[in-house]
Amino acid sequence: MAIDLKTWGPFIALVVLAILGVLINPAFLGLDNLSNMLTRSAFIGIIAIGATFVITAGGLDLSVGSMAAFIAGVMIIIMNSLVEQFGAGLTTVLFGVGASLILGMGAGFINGVVTTKGKIEAFIVTLGTMGIYRSLVTYLADGGTLTLDWNVRDIYRPVYYDSLLGIPIPVWVFLVVAIIGYILLNFTRFGRYCFAIGSNEKVAEYSAIHVDRVKTLTYVLQGICVALATIIYVPRLGSASGATGVLWELEAIAAVIIGGTVLKGGHGRIWGTVVGAIMLTMIGNILNLTDAISNYLNGTVQGIIIIVAVYLQRASWRKTGP
Amino acid sequence: MRHLKTGLAALATTAALGVPAIAVAQDYTIGVSIPAATHGWTGGVNFHAEQAKERLEELHPNISITISTASNPGEQANDLEDLVSLRDIDALVILPFESGPLTDPVRRVKEEGVFVTVVDRGLTQDGISDLYVAGNNHELGRVSGEYIREQLDGEGDIVVLRGIPTVIDDERVEGFQAAIEGSDINILDMQHANWNRDDGFEVMQDFLSRFDNIDAVWAQDDDIALGVIEAVRQAEREDELFIVGGAGMKDIIERVMEGDDLVPVDVLYPPAMIATAMDLTVQHFVSNGPVLGEYILGSPLITEENAEQYYYPDSPF
Repeated sequence: MAIDLKTWGPFIALVVLAILGVLINPAFLGLDNLSNMLTRSAFIGIIAIGATFVITAGGLDLSVGSMAAFIAGVMIIIMNSLVEQFGAGLTTVLFGVGASLILGMGAGFINGVVTTKGKIEAFIVTLGTMGIYRSLVTYLADGGTLTLDWNVRDIYRPVYYDSLLGIPIPVWVFLVVAIIGYILLNFTRFGRYCFAIGSNEKVAEYSAIHVDRVKTLTYVLQGICVALATIIYVPRLGSASGATGVLWELEAIAAVIIGGTVLKGGHGRIWGTVVGAIMLTMIGNILNLTDAISNYLNGTVQGIIIIVAVYLQRASWRKTGP
Repeated sequence: MRHLKTGLAALATTAALGVPAIAVAQDYTIGVSIPAATHGWTGGVNFHAEQAKERLEELHPNISITISTASNPGEQANDLEDLVSLRDIDALVILPFESGPLTDPVRRVKEEGVFVTVVDRGLTQDGISDLYVAGNNHELGRVSGEYIREQLDGEGDIVVLRGIPTVIDDERVEGFQAAIEGSDINILDMQHANWNRDDGFEVMQDFLSRFDNIDAVWAQDDDIALGVIEAVRQAEREDELFIVGGAGMKDIIERVMEGDDLVPVDVLYPPAMIATAMDLTVQHFVSNGPVLGEYILGSPLITEENAEQYYYPDSPF
């Protein structure tokens, strides 16, 4: 029973929160609202799935928010500059998407290599890259906002706004990334290595696991996830600025922890992360649906819900855990 | 003061000798301290400060201008110390990050005998600044409120998206509420969108699912307005309402120029006010007219007819 609580904790918390939402405002259950909310949670959710790997293997990536802003900025610049050559068509958008993936992998690789080969704490490395990407996007935008060419925008817009079988495309991407993440973490050697390294890096090393390589790979995965999130983010507002993606890193880490992954590593849960990301978005959504709580207190409500959610889960974890 | 006195003395001497004053005019250094370009509006401030520097230095060879940008109040306080000790400035033009923490550092600069121009955010203590140049937040709210009241014939349901909880936001909302007071305009709800596009988008999405009828949206800021526009487009409710932003961002001004029904007007709160402040500060040294007191810019309504004069296509904002 207690084990059930441990696994199902985040899901139960989500249901309780949803019931609260309906009680506060019946509009919460509206199809539009649900679809808006899930679509919104896709950014943080996809990034958080990458973060689940990094954290499970005992690492941490604080740079994801700035990385997303930077990638979004470069994507926009590349697509705008290709309009003349290829016109505002699919080719241009595909170049942008390709650039995003390459940049994401590259940025993740840098985080990984500097952390492992440079033997610097991940916290410091990614705090550094966080500042670098943030200032680079501000520089690229000349302090203002980079805006995607209107015609390209029209081609690209459906990636965020259209639906397939009644489900918005970003939600599909979120779902597919989650399934791949689930398989990768739970049914492959790579996944098991992540658990092993997070539990005890030294032992993992003595067990002939290429610790550096696996850890670097988790950062590369994180970078790919950031790139994917950016690919569905850019068509939403068609712009990027220094204010894009601020604090996403903390939201992603919070989603991971709410979902039951342990911050010090060694234990990760993809579906928990998915629920955590939805829950974070849901809190914001519910607060927007009511004027009963002073706007100034939004942060307080968010903070309390996050702490309570994690506490409930850990309470059962302590009783049954090893 | 010291430099001013020598300046005057020099002026008196040259006048007495009958030599053109410009030939031996005193050199002046003006320090400009502004927040780093972390979001659209401050990006505009940086752009216009650079432009004004170029223009003024070319116009007045004896004036040199140093611009320093800071990412937080602490850094800005350090900048002030450096401007005084390393650059030996004669005048300071400062757009404070926050009023409270920078009041004392600016006072110390003032005590060095430097001419002080404060821009946009007033200090918390009177008598420090020689010149105060600012937009009018209260009026921005009032002008927006009056426009919405007039367009809706004094009756309708509206939603309000607020900025970051600060004095600036409070003043705007006060002005707005005063303007619609006594009418049958009903504010369905107000939520903070933090002068941010993404937040504007999400808050507006939620307003749209919550309320079946919205006649107008007061977004207060052009970044928020851009997010609101997308949310309204997504819900396909463009015909039901109109949006009033604020600031004068070029993307929004473009829409106003084109006669967009969704964004018929904008209300000015220009980042170019930094240039106004720099111009006036230079005048303090080159003009024979007194430059001091307060210079409050209006917040005019930007309409299709007059939009062109507020359009800066080269500005990042």
